[in-house]
Parts: sequence; C-alpha cells; structure tokens
Amino acid sequence: MLKKAHITKLIKKEEIAKDTFDFYVEAPQIAKAASPGQFIHVKCGDGTFLRRPISICDTEGDILRFIFQIRGKGTAELAQKEVGDYIDILGPLGQGFKIKDKKAFLVGGGIGIYPLLMLAKKLKDPKIFLGFRTKDLVTLEEDFKKWGQVIISTDDGSYGRKGFSIDAVKEMIDECEIIYACGPIPMLKALKNLAEDRGIECQISLEQRMGCGVGACLSCVCKTVRGYDKICQRGPVFDSSEVIFDD
Amino acid sequence: MTNLSVNFCGVNFKNPVVSVSGTFNFGLEYGMYFDLNQLGGITVKGLTLKPRLGNPPPRIAETPCGILNSIGLQNPGVEAFLKNELPMIRKYNTNIIANIAGNTIEEYCEMAKILSESGVDLIEMNISCPNVKEGGVHFGTDPKMVAKITSKVKKYCKKPLIVKLSPNVSDIKAIAKAAEENGADALSLINTILGMRIDINTKRPILRNNVGGLSGPAIKPVAVRMVYEAKQSVSIPIIGMGGIMCGDDAVEFMLAGATLVGVGTASFINPTACVDVIDGIKKYMEKHNINDVNSLTGGVIAY
Repeated sequence: MLKKAHITKLIKKEEIAKDTFDFYVEAPQIAKAASPGQFIHVKCGDGTFLRRPISICDTEGDILRFIFQIRGKGTAELAQKEVGDYIDILGPLGQGFKIKDKKAFLVGGGIGIYPLLMLAKKLKDPKIFLGFRTKDLVTLEEDFKKWGQVIISTDDGSYGRKGFSIDAVKEMIDECEIIYACGPIPMLKALKNLAEDRGIECQISLEQRMGCGVGACLSCVCKTVRGYDKICQRGPVFDSSEVIFDD
Repeated sequence: MTNLSVNFCGVNFKNPVVSVSGTFNFGLEYGMYFDLNQLGGITVKGLTLKPRLGNPPPRIAETPCGILNSIGLQNPGVEAFLKNELPMIRKYNTNIIANIAGNTIEEYCEMAKILSESGVDLIEMNISCPNVKEGGVHFGTDPKMVAKITSKVKKYCKKPLIVKLSPNVSDIKAIAKAAEENGADALSLINTILGMRIDINTKRPILRNNVGGLSGPAIKPVAVRMVYEAKQSVSIPIIGMGGIMCGDDAVEFMLAGATLVGVGTASFINPTACVDVIDGIKKYMEKHNINDVNSLTGGVIAY
C-alpha cells in the first residue's frame, strides 16, 4: 500500500512548560505503525514553507502524542493550532530505537526526553535519566515514573540532582548494558565516549535541519563511518559507534 | 479526449511532467507515495564520475516561499548508479534522465560516454550547480564556456543532450543560444538562484557552506521569465522548472515556452506533488477545452 500524508485532528493540547506544547492527535494509521524513536513531519501552517520534523512521544490506540518547543516560525505557527483543528502529518518516518533485552539506561536532555517515553514503555525496568536546564522546564516526570526509575538532573540544581545527566549515568554505569539517548550534541558525544570506554552498546537519536523527511533531498545528513548518512532515512537513531562528531 | 503525451527530442513522454534532479534522489523514496509509472520522466540525482561526499550540514535553510540548499552533489558516482540504482528505476515505464556534473570538461565527456552506453533515455548536463567549488556553475555563466563544453560533450553523447542552465547570468538568451548552436538537443531551466541567510543571534550563516541555491515558489516568476526569454532565442525544446507547486504553475511555464515541466522542491512538502501537477494540468485543459497539451507550449499572448 502506498504511503500518504495524513490529515489528523488535534483532540488535546496542553502547554506543559513555557513554550512547550503537548499535542494529541487522532492519527490511527500513524499511531499503529509507529515505533519508539521514529518521527513525524508536520505541516505547521501556511506561514512556513517546509514541514517540521518532530519526534513521536507516545501512541495509545488511534492517538498519536508529540511534544514540541517553540523554536522558530514553524513551531510558533503550530502552537497556534486549537483543539478541533486539523494538522497535515507525514509519518511515521525513519528508523527508531532497536530494542534489546538488556539492562537499559535511557538518557534524555531537554526536548530530547520526549522520544524516550514510548521506548520506556517497551523496556523492562529501565533507569531513566532526564536532564533539564532548570526546574521550570522539568516535564513528563510522572509519565516516565510509570515505566522505570527516574533520575532528574538540572543544570542549576533547582530540581533533582545538580549538574548534567551524564554525571548520574557515570555513577551507576556498572548497572548498564545498553544506552538509549536523545539530547544535545555534547551530551551525546559524552555518552558515545563513555559507551566506547565501557564496551557497551549506545543508540543515539540525532537531529538536523531537514527538507523532505523521506530521504530524497539529502539535506539532513550527519557524518558517519560511511560518509554522510541521511538522518531522516537511515536515522534518526544511529549506533553511536558509527557516528562521527566533528568539532 | 485529452492528449497529454509529448515528443521531446524524439523520446515519447506520456505526459509533460518530470521530477527535478536533486529533489527526487533515484526515485524509490517517492515510489512509496505514488506509482512512478505515472510520471513523464524521472531526472535522477546529479551524478559525478567518482563518488562525492557533499557539503557538511546544515545544508538547508527555509526562506519566504522557498528554501536554500547546499547539498554539494552528494552521490555514489556514475558506476554505482548504473550498478545499483538504474536497474531498480528502469523497471518503471517512465523515461530516465541522467543528470551529470563534473569538475572538468573531460569528466563531463567521460560520463556522457559511459551513460550513452546505458539504459538511460536522456542526459542532462548540469553546468549550473552553485554549491560546488570547481566546475558546476563555472561552466554555465559564460557563453564561450557553454559553447565549448556543449560541443565537446556532444561528441560523446549518443542520447539526447539537455543542457541545464543557471539563472545566475546577465543574459540568458546568449547562454541558451550558445548551447543550441553547439549541439544541445534541449535546454532545462532554471537551476537555483544563489542566495544566503544569516542567523542574527549567532551572526552565523545558516548554511555551513555560507551560501546556497534558492528554490521554490519564491523563484517562479524569475524562472518563467527566463524560460520565456530562452524560448525567444532558440528553437530546441525546453524543460521549464522553478517553483512549480501545482498544475496551474506548470501551465504557466508551458505558456512561457516549456515543452516539459519539472517538479522539484514541491515534493518536499507534498510527496505526491508530481502526480498532483499532472492532474492539475489535465483539469486546466478540460476547463479550457484544450485537447492537446502540446498546444500550450509557447502559447503566451505577449504584449
């Protein structure tokens, strides 16, 4: 069967932190096909030209949940949508996390925590490390607590541990057999190095300015051992050992 | 009964719509969204003699009604194309246009020679890529250079040779004429217009390459004008492209003088843009009681 763009209906919307929106849309085909770590490509409105890639946070029956922060014109336009409005969505797209039966650490930083929720549900007692800049930005703590032990860090120490998630991860690394991560590049780079030192598997989700979202335009690439790989098609989740971080 | 079929350089196209090089990879990605057999033709990703890594990211930036890109011709090379990609798309009943780019005239000639022995239907010579340091647009901005490269490549090219022109020139007519007089069987235009965007917070260009090529509806009026001007100065057929989003846009290009039309950036927003454009052309023809799509070409009633 041919794929297509889906016209979905926004049925629930909540601003869960400043400029951070939690959207639930009716999207049966996307919700049923989605796996953790995949993304959707969203037409935000008439004011922006390209679609915007947003990671899938969760699915339940026919409902697709995604969370985004206002970062520019497109996301600002999307945030204007109200319950009952329709949203044109392409997806699910890309290759998500490869789930292994191992003792898992989930590591998320900032808006990078959102694609980890659906993954947490599929794993057995994962340790979940969530990092935020400050207390006001802490989101989804209760959602994650249903699926594993949650360790929150804030950069300024206003909530949970003070510092970066990576410090907490390092303290408990003996209990870890696999890392799944999404977040800022310095965090992913540190996790890649840590995983290589310890000889454990590490899957990381990457982002880049994207065009088509389906592998046709070659815009959203990252450097890997093979050259430049398309994040939208070969990723967004990569084995950290194949990703090359330049400075 | 509406006729959508077009004879272009002796090759039959079932309709005038082709995908634009660099927006369609080698076809299979969009083959997941519609039946590629519906297309007049597929212009594949620009090929170079050897595999090419492309530019570092970010490679794309949004603009009002368009995008800037600086992919830098990332491709597996002509041999890998023939071995791995062509057999896959050749299965479809549509024309395959190979797009070639080189650092030197010799490289263009070599590729034309190799591809002439292959199963592709036409060859599009890209002398208008703004995103590579050597070659590319360097060959396409001076009529003397266009004349030289066209005449040399033509000697090796046994398939219809389409020369893809750059809009980053002061006189498109002179360039078009130089291509025609030196053996081009057809022209395609326009390639992207060189542009730039700067992030005012970081004071950094958004593209890692600093500058890139502008495409999308933002460039459509420029493209229509250039197709119109080129058509005035040559008698070879033209593939018109630049910001086509729907059937009406395609009709505009045909009226300006295009025989075929290319759908490019539109696919990024609407994966079925190519077939939607075909439907749109059909609807326009029905609405205006036009039986033959060929009658549109050059049909503008200019003042």
